[in-house]
Amino acid sequence: MNGVRVRRPVHPLAWWAWAACLAVAAMQTTDPNPFLLLLIGAVECFVVASCRGNDPWSRSLALFLRIGLVVIVIRVVIEILFGQRGVPGHVLFTLPHAPLPSWAASVSIGGAVTLESVLTAAVLGLQIAVILVSFGAANSLVSPYRLLRCLPAVLYEAGVAVTVALSFTPELIETISAVRQARRLRGIPTNGLRGMRGIAVPVLEGALDRSLQLATSMDARGYGRRNDSSASVRGVAVGATGGGLLLLAIGLYGVIDAGTLFGLGLPLVAAGVVLCAVGLTLGGRRMARSSYRPDRWGAQEWGILASGLAAVGSMALAHALDVEGMAVSFVPLAMPPLPFLPVAGILVAALPACIVPARRAATEALRPELEAAVA
Amino acid sequence: MIRFDDVSFRYAEAPGLTLEAVSLEIPEGELCVVIGETGTGKSTLLRAVNGLVPHFSGGTLAGTVTVGGRSTRQHRPRELADVVGYVGQNPLASFVTERVEDELAYTMENIGVAPAAMRRRVEDTIDLLGIQDLRTRPLRSLSGGQQQRVAIGAVLTASPRVLVLDEPTSALDPAAAEEVLNALARLVHDLGLTVLMAEHRLERVLPFADRLVLVPGAGAPLVAGPPEHIMRTATVAPPLIELGRLVGWDPLPLTVRDARRQATALRDRIAPMRHDATPAAQVERDEPAASLRGVGVLYGPVVALGAVDLEIRTGEVTVLMGRNGSGKSSLLTALAGGRKPNRGSVRVGGSDPHTMRAQELITQVGLVPQDPGLLLYGESVEDECQRADHTSRLEPGTTADTLRQVLPGVPTDRHPRDLSEGQRLALALAIVLAPVPPLLVLDEPTRGLDYPSKDRLVQILRGLADTGHAVVLATHDVELAARVADRAVVLADGEIISDGPAREVVCHSPVFAPQIAKVLAPDEWLTVGEVHEALEEIPA
Repeated sequence: MNGVRVRRPVHPLAWWAWAACLAVAAMQTTDPNPFLLLLIGAVECFVVASCRGNDPWSRSLALFLRIGLVVIVIRVVIEILFGQRGVPGHVLFTLPHAPLPSWAASVSIGGAVTLESVLTAAVLGLQIAVILVSFGAANSLVSPYRLLRCLPAVLYEAGVAVTVALSFTPELIETISAVRQARRLRGIPTNGLRGMRGIAVPVLEGALDRSLQLATSMDARGYGRRNDSSASVRGVAVGATGGGLLLLAIGLYGVIDAGTLFGLGLPLVAAGVVLCAVGLTLGGRRMARSSYRPDRWGAQEWGILASGLAAVGSMALAHALDVEGMAVSFVPLAMPPLPFLPVAGILVAALPACIVPARRAATEALRPELEAAVA
Repeated sequence: MIRFDDVSFRYAEAPGLTLEAVSLEIPEGELCVVIGETGTGKSTLLRAVNGLVPHFSGGTLAGTVTVGGRSTRQHRPRELADVVGYVGQNPLASFVTERVEDELAYTMENIGVAPAAMRRRVEDTIDLLGIQDLRTRPLRSLSGGQQQRVAIGAVLTASPRVLVLDEPTSALDPAAAEEVLNALARLVHDLGLTVLMAEHRLERVLPFADRLVLVPGAGAPLVAGPPEHIMRTATVAPPLIELGRLVGWDPLPLTVRDARRQATALRDRIAPMRHDATPAAQVERDEPAASLRGVGVLYGPVVALGAVDLEIRTGEVTVLMGRNGSGKSSLLTALAGGRKPNRGSVRVGGSDPHTMRAQELITQVGLVPQDPGLLLYGESVEDECQRADHTSRLEPGTTADTLRQVLPGVPTDRHPRDLSEGQRLALALAIVLAPVPPLLVLDEPTRGLDYPSKDRLVQILRGLADTGHAVVLATHDVELAARVADRAVVLADGEIISDGPAREVVCHSPVFAPQIAKVLAPDEWLTVGEVHEALEEIPA
C-alpha cells in the first residue's frame, strides 16, 4: 500500500495548547508589530487549511475571520469618533467637534483625525482579531465533542450540558427553516417582526421537546450512575472544583496585572490549583464511568505543542531582549521593522501542517489508489 | 422476565387512569408486540418497564413493575440501563454523541465497562447488526433505517436482557423496516433477548411476534396471548387478518405464506369477478393540475432529484413511493414552491409556485408536512381555526366548518399538542384545505396513525379526488397506497422508475405490493374491500 497508513486523530488538547500558545504570542506587547500579528494569523490559517477534517465545525475559521474583521472596523470607527486628540501628525480629515463639560474631559467627540491614530487603532484591533482567529483555529481543528471527552470526571455533568447545547444548534437551524416553509404554506409572510414571533413559538416548542427526549434517552442509558458515595462528599467535590477554578481565575488576573490584588496573585493561583486537584480526585472516585478509546498523547502531540511553544518562546525572548521591532509606535510615522527571531519562531508554529496530514486530503488522495486496487 | 403486578398509573393532572390494574408476565426470550389504537397507553406501558414512567414522567404508579428481578420502585431508569435497553420513537432525537462508534459506546461508558471489554462489545454489535460501513459516519448523515439500527446497537452494547422499542418501523420504508425486524428477530433467536415493542403497522411485525398484548383502552382489561388467538377478535388488524376473517379461514393465517396455502380455492372462486386492467383509453382531461419538466434538485453535491418529468392530473390520487432519501420529499417541496429547483420548471395552475406570494400560493396548492405540528402554533383548536381564517382572508368560520367535514368531533378548546395524531392531522388538513386549493400534497401522513384513523384518511382523500381535487401523497405505507391510489409513481435515486395505474405498479413490485396482492397473486387484487365486493357479487 505504498506506506499509506491510517493516522490516528490528534489529541484535542494538543491543538488547543498550540492555539493558546499563538494567542499568547500575539498578546506579548501592548503596542504590537502588525507584521508579526499578520504572520501569526497567516500561520494559523495555513495550518487549519492543511490539517482540518471535513466536519461541520471545520469551517468555523471563516466565521472567526469575519468576526475579527468586524472587530478591526469597530476599533477604527470608535477611534475616529471618540479618539484621543492632540496626537500630532498627518491630519486625514476633520470632523465637527462637540464640546463636552469639563468632567468628561477625557472623552472627546469629533475633531481632527490623524493617520497615526487610525493606524494605531487598526493594529490594536488586529491584535484582538488574531487572538480570536486562534480560537477559531482550535475550533476548526478539534471536534467539540472530543474536547469534552477530555474533561475530568467531576466536570462531566457540565460537559454533557454543553454536548446537548452543541447537538442542538444544527437541529435548531433545521427546525427554523422547516417552520418558515410551513408558515409560507399557511399563507403567512415569513419576514418582519411579526413573522419572527410566529416562528419563535413552534421553534421553541420543538426545542423543548427535543431536550426532553434527549434527557429521557440519557437517563435510560445510564447517564449519571454513580458509585455509592455520600451526598456530602459529592458536595465537597463540586464545591472544591468550582471554588478552585474561581481562585485560579482571580489569581491569574493578579499575576497578569501586577498592580492589582496587592501581590496576592501567585498565592491565589497556588491555592486554586490545590483546591481543583482535591475536587477532581474526590469527584473522580465518585463516578463509575469508563472511557471508550481515549485519545492518546504521543509524538505528534509533543511536536504540535513544541511548535506552539517555539512561537511564544521566541516572542517572549525577543521582548525580554528588547529586540528592535517588538514594540512599534506610529508616532512618528514609520515602517515597522521585521525582527528575525520572532519571525523564525512563528514560522516554526506552521510545522504541524507537515507533521499532521489532513484527514480529508488523505482520504481523497487515497481514492485513486483504492480504486486501482479494487480494479 | 418482565412482570407487571396489578399496575395502575395516572399522569399528574390527567382526569383518568392511563393504565388500570395491569397484570402481565413476559417470559424470557420472547418477541412480544403491544398493539392497540392511539392514545390507549401503549407508550406508557413500554416506558414503565424501565421506570421512565413514573420516575421521569411524573404521575402516580400503583403496583409493582419488576424486570430481571429488579423493581422499578427501587431502581431508577439509569440503574436499569444494564438490564433494559429502551429505544424511543425518534432515534435521531435520542442520540447523545455525534459519531456512530461513540454512540455505540455511550451506555457502556456510563455503566463503567472496562475499556477492553468495551472495544470487544462494540465490534460484536457492529457485526451483529451489519453496520460495519457506518462506524465513523456522523449520526445525522444516516438514513432512517440506519439510524434505527444504530439506536438499537447503542443500547445493545450494554448487553441488556430486555429490549423495549416504541414503533421501531413507523418512519421506515418497507425494505428498511424488514432489515430492522430481521435484526431484532436474530437477537431474539441467537441471544435469547426479550423484546417488547409497540407497533401500529401490524402487517410488518405480525410474522415475527411470539405473543401479542392488546391494549383496548377505555378501562377494558389488557389481553395477552399467542397471535392467532388475539387476532381472532382484535379491533386493530392488518389486511391479511381481515381477509382471513372474511373468508373464515381456520387457523387464521399470520404470514402471507400461510395465507397463500389456503387461498387457492378463494382465488379460483373470485377470478371471474377480477378487475380488468384500468382502461388505458381514459378520456383526455383538461390541463394538468401541476407539471414538472426536467426538474433537478441538488443539496450540495447530493442529487436529490435528477431531471424529473411528471404531470399531476385533477381528480386523481397520485402516490409517490420509494426508499427513504429517494427524492420524494424534494419532489413535494418543489411542487409546493418551497425551494427553487436547480434545473427545470415547475408549474402549478399555470405559474411557478416558487415565485408566488404566500397569499396566492395557498389558494393554488396545500401541503401537509411530515410533522403536521409544524403548521400549528395556536393556543387551541378554535384559536388555530380563527387565525387560519384571518391569514387566508376567508369568511370567519370557514376553517372550523372544513374541520367538521374532515373529522367531526375534534374538541375545540384543546391545545393542538394535546390532540391525538389523527386529530392533529385532521386539523392541519382543514387549515390547508380551507382556501380550497385545487392541488393537495401530503408528505408521509400515516406515521403514528392507527387503523381507524387511516380508514378515515382514505375516505377523506377519495372524497377530495372525486370532487375534482388533485391529490399527491408520499408514503411508505403500501396498504394505504393500495386503498387510496389511482396512480403510483416509484422513485429511486432521484429518478422516476415506474409510473402508471396503481394496480399495475404495486402488484408487480415485490417491495410495494400490499398483503392481499401477495396472497392472491398473480391475480391483481389490492384490498380486502375488493375481495369482499367480489364475493358478494358471486351468485350463490
